[in-house]
Amino acid sequence: MRWIRRNLVVIAGLLTLAYMILPNIVVMVFSFNKPNGRFNYSWQRFSLDAWKDPCGVADMCESLSLSLQLAAWATVGALVLGTMIAFALVRYRFRARGAINSLIFLPMAMPEVVMAASLLTLFLNMGIELGFWTVLIAHIMFCLSFVVTAVKARVMSMDPRLEEAARDLYAGPVQTFLRVTLPIAAPGIAAGALLAFALSFDDFIITNFNAGSTVTFPMFVWGSAQRGTPVQINVIGTAMFVLAVLMVVAGQIITNRRKKTATA
Amino acid sequence: MSTPTLTKEAPQPVEEPVLRKPSTRKRLVPYWLLLPGIIWLVVFFALPLVYQASTSIQTGSLEQGFQVTWHFQTYWDAFTEYWPQFVRSLLYAGTATLLCLLLGYPLAYLIAFKAGRWRNLLLVLVIAPFFTSFLIRTLAWKTILADDSVVVDVLNALHVLDVTSWLGWTEGERVLATPMAVVCGLTYNFLPFMILPLYTSLERIDGRLHEAAQDLYASPATTFRKVTFPLSMPGVVSGTLLTFIPASGDYVNAELLGSTDTKMVGNVIQSQFLRVLDYPTAAALSFILMAIVLVMVTVYIRKAGTEDLV
Amino acid sequence: MTDNNTGGDVRLTGISKAYGSFTAVHPLDLTVPQGSFFALLGASGCGKTTTLRMIAGLEDPSTGTIFLGDKDVTDLPPYKRPVNTVFQSYALFPHMDISENIAFGLRRRGIKSVKKQVDDMLELVQLGDKAHHKPHQLSGGQQQRVAVARALINHPQVLLLDEPLGALDLKLRRQMQLELKRIQTEVGITFVHVTHDQEEAMTMADQVAVMNGGRVEQLGAPADLYENPQTTFVANFLGTSNLIEAEVLETGSSGGDVLVTAGGGKLRVPGARCTSAVRQGGKVLVGVRPEKISLAHADDAGSIADGRNRVTGRIADSSFIGVSTQYVVNSPAGAELQVYEQNIERDTRLVPGAEVVLHWNPAHTFGLDAAQDIDAGVETVEDAG
Repeated sequence: MRWIRRNLVVIAGLLTLAYMILPNIVVMVFSFNKPNGRFNYSWQRFSLDAWKDPCGVADMCESLSLSLQLAAWATVGALVLGTMIAFALVRYRFRARGAINSLIFLPMAMPEVVMAASLLTLFLNMGIELGFWTVLIAHIMFCLSFVVTAVKARVMSMDPRLEEAARDLYAGPVQTFLRVTLPIAAPGIAAGALLAFALSFDDFIITNFNAGSTVTFPMFVWGSAQRGTPVQINVIGTAMFVLAVLMVVAGQIITNRRKKTATA
Repeated sequence: MSTPTLTKEAPQPVEEPVLRKPSTRKRLVPYWLLLPGIIWLVVFFALPLVYQASTSIQTGSLEQGFQVTWHFQTYWDAFTEYWPQFVRSLLYAGTATLLCLLLGYPLAYLIAFKAGRWRNLLLVLVIAPFFTSFLIRTLAWKTILADDSVVVDVLNALHVLDVTSWLGWTEGERVLATPMAVVCGLTYNFLPFMILPLYTSLERIDGRLHEAAQDLYASPATTFRKVTFPLSMPGVVSGTLLTFIPASGDYVNAELLGSTDTKMVGNVIQSQFLRVLDYPTAAALSFILMAIVLVMVTVYIRKAGTEDLV
Repeated sequence: MTDNNTGGDVRLTGISKAYGSFTAVHPLDLTVPQGSFFALLGASGCGKTTTLRMIAGLEDPSTGTIFLGDKDVTDLPPYKRPVNTVFQSYALFPHMDISENIAFGLRRRGIKSVKKQVDDMLELVQLGDKAHHKPHQLSGGQQQRVAVARALINHPQVLLLDEPLGALDLKLRRQMQLELKRIQTEVGITFVHVTHDQEEAMTMADQVAVMNGGRVEQLGAPADLYENPQTTFVANFLGTSNLIEAEVLETGSSGGDVLVTAGGGKLRVPGARCTSAVRQGGKVLVGVRPEKISLAHADDAGSIADGRNRVTGRIADSSFIGVSTQYVVNSPAGAELQVYEQNIERDTRLVPGAEVVLHWNPAHTFGLDAAQDIDAGVETVEDAG
């Protein structure tokens, strides 16, 4: 009993973790299922069919590739615009700072469905045809604030003297930015990029409103929840999960090694 | 070496000292940096809200087109017709936020203070689910909470479902398609948004503060109440906001895990906009939701007294 | 830059800096002779760093002109000025190793083969074995030397040092002071050194400009500043001074002593050492350094030679600090007068409560304008530690 009381936090924490991981385990297990009928919700028997033919479902891999492209472009767009804003906010004085700060904060403080609906109203009123471009516009819009926040945090912790030192040592504005500012701000920019990519790739609500007949991967999953869920969805979900974890672990190992060689 | 010279006051200036103004180009730099991004937000975030405001006071039909008629009645009609969905949205989102805090705090605490060399692994496990589309993961709850699933059987055997049914959270021996399933899905979906800010603010706390508190006769419980929790307030505030705001507008969980009796306001807006095509009503609903959330968030931030959220 | 032999004085004419309504530096004229070690000394917020940054080009002056030799550099950006800076807390690039940091300036000027120069520079600052370490792997003192090397490799006309030793502990600071002085003598470049530490300024610099409230209070060689302070701020900021408010009795002949009275006693001040015109019946601040004063027990008052300035008082406190003993004496002339007595022959009667006579050679007395704040610069001395 005393052991339990002492480790109450640990037990509670691990239970929460189990709650968070459980669906991923289910997704993984059910990627080996061979369901009867159209829905993959109850376990029937083990099968590797879906893994052997991941793109065997009509339109699924097309939607996946579309989502990846969309996320890539949205990341680039939000990163360029957001990094510029972040630098302006931290490094310069200008008028209307308060208004600009709220304009950046508001998209994060607004239910997604509100932004989704209002953007759709704009496109309908302007007579803009819904599709890839409208989705991209929307994704850049809602990723922007998150990128600004991530980059701003990093730039704020940067010593402005480093850039002064570079200018003092004969580096012009461009050289200073490329050789000193950018490399040092890189972790913040990378964090912003990762966040933007994940947000865009996984976005459903805003996309659902503004995609027209364009089908992203989340839209495909949504549709299949109504029409019937192919096992391949679980294969993709599992593969992405495993890939991401492997990448993080590999990154960790590399940084650990670097640290070791650096101190050796 | 020439001898150093000094005049304390500037010598009789030959001419008026010229005040050097920073060059115009330099002064404009921040505006050029801000311009593209701000234009983007104005055109695709602020302007749409204006369009939506105008749509909400239009009348007409899809065939004949909509005209601005300052028909504020739509707001009243929309609210009176859909107030149960509003109440439900706030109730579900509020419950899910509270659950996220209760579940997330121990885990964030564990990672920040007790994990030692497991810290990075645990952090990865918190973030990793993100990499599987949240729709796929939400669908997995359909399996987990299915009528014949292990989870439901256990809850049944423990008579938990008797209690929850009596409270109206579940129906008989079913969990799926009940309020509990929706709240469970919402909680699950937004837990990482609670844990990460909590972890960030907990991790910043100097471990010596705990020692100092205990040295000054505070029991572990008092230490938590008087030192740790107050210092983690920034994380609590941003975590609850990051959970409550998206949860209040969510319609995915209610659609996939709920029934017609668990529809939230997001579902209504979605169907009015995309299926019924009653744009004024949808726009009015969306504005009411926005207003409610903004008011609640503002009051909450004032009360919690934290301004530096982002 | 290779042209550091041609007239390379740094000349500031009418330079000032204002931020909105706050004036950080009042218009000042200043010439730093080529090849000298020049210190800008003052408490934090006195405008010394702003002045330095204007020379570096990191701050645009509100008025005035900056010359390097005969060249007006006022409008040149920092990367076009033959001036380099050693920053406070060093500002080493964290993502580059030591040799990359040192080579940075040469590379930006398009010099390809930098290895030889970098190695020489590492040798000069005695860090040859650290070339491929990252800055965070070095100690504070080593980082400081890298910062110096990174600036010096460019052979600037002027090296600017912004509190370069502020982050180091006392012992290391002493060591680095000598090191910097050695390097300066070796390379012969003009050093402009900003510091709040008066001891540091006096040990290292040929010329010191004492700044206060955005103005230069006094400029001169360290010994001259110490012996002949022109203002109460300088008197109190550089070392310790006993300042006594006195009334002028006789102005004396030109160059002769001025006779003043304070607390009932009479004191002599050499007329040449009074900064302002004295007139009979006027006020004057009489100053004397604590180590110039001798202390005698009241019983021995008769044995003090004639012609010395005397003040009677009572010891309030004494503290033994090895080479000397410091006494605090209260007297009718002034409270809390400081006296430093060398510990050669200690008089056991000199304990708190004892009646004593302070006496010193009138030549060591100086007179300051009584219109100033008598305590100016006192507290800041304690900050500077």
